[in-house]
Amino acid sequence: MATVLERVTKVVVDRLGVDESEVKVEASFREDLGADSLDVVELVMELEDEFDMEISDEDAEKIGTVGDAISYIESKLG
Amino acid sequence: MGKLDGKTAVVTGASRGIGRAIALELAREGANVVVNYSGSVGKALEVIEEIKTIGTNAIAVQGNVGDAEAVQNLMATAIEQFGSIDILVNNAGITRDNLLMRMKEEEWDDVINTNLKGVFLCTKAVTRQMMKQRAGRIINISSIVGTIGNAGQANYVAAKAGVIGLTKTTARELASRNILVNAIAPGFITTEMTDALPEDIKTAMLAEIPLGTLGQPEHIAKAVVFLSSDDASYMTGQTLHIDGGMYM
Repeated sequence: MATVLERVTKVVVDRLGVDESEVKVEASFREDLGADSLDVVELVMELEDEFDMEISDEDAEKIGTVGDAISYIESKLG
Repeated sequence: MGKLDGKTAVVTGASRGIGRAIALELAREGANVVVNYSGSVGKALEVIEEIKTIGTNAIAVQGNVGDAEAVQNLMATAIEQFGSIDILVNNAGITRDNLLMRMKEEEWDDVINTNLKGVFLCTKAVTRQMMKQRAGRIINISSIVGTIGNAGQANYVAAKAGVIGLTKTTARELASRNILVNAIAPGFITTEMTDALPEDIKTAMLAEIPLGTLGQPEHIAKAVVFLSSDDASYMTGQTLHIDGGMYM
């Protein structure tokens, strides 16, 4: 079973077309990974599908880095 | 072979008038159609039957487009039934005409809620699906009065002008995802809405139309087919004025 980090990394690589090595925990989607605001919305949509969960708009706005996404998802998965 | 074979279209307010003609014309070009209606269940079922006679599939879904939950249900039902939403036609509209001086807040709110907020809610609800598809067409039905104004229709005109602005913004936001958003501004079209007008008003209207006749719902429906098809793949954010030349 892939870890949350591995699954998030795969979604980010697929969506943003970046190299796996760039997807570090501290990487900002916008500043480091070249995402625009619509990309971030789409990324959140795909994370919802990948982890079969709903991420509210309020929560989604707080997700700025790869690490934010991972810790949010881990907290939801319990 | 139609221009829209295998596509799925959601048409709001499709039980009567222009919406009905749009639903039928999309079906003639091969699309499966989700017929949304608010009150006229009998009329909606007639449209479904007609579409099935044409030879594509159709379902009727009740729901007020100004109600976010109803809109979510509409789009979820469409996806469940047909697997995609390729075309959204925001057509549902109401009138509550009154002079500005006499217009009640409720009349204002009702019209803005259905005719403008309804377009926002339906567009928002369908965007997720269209972004995933990396393709989609959204066609918003505005009105000539949204461009030139009309005494006695402050609420309706404000909503229809708002739809044109919303069309342009949505077009810009979603262009990179190949979701094309355009509007159609019909002039005076023969429907129950215009049949109800007094004869002297109709005569005065005709005098304003260079082509000299009222339009038919099919004139609008044909333009919707065009905007939904590959023929219109290089236009977004536009408003097509189909009004016999009233607005130039």
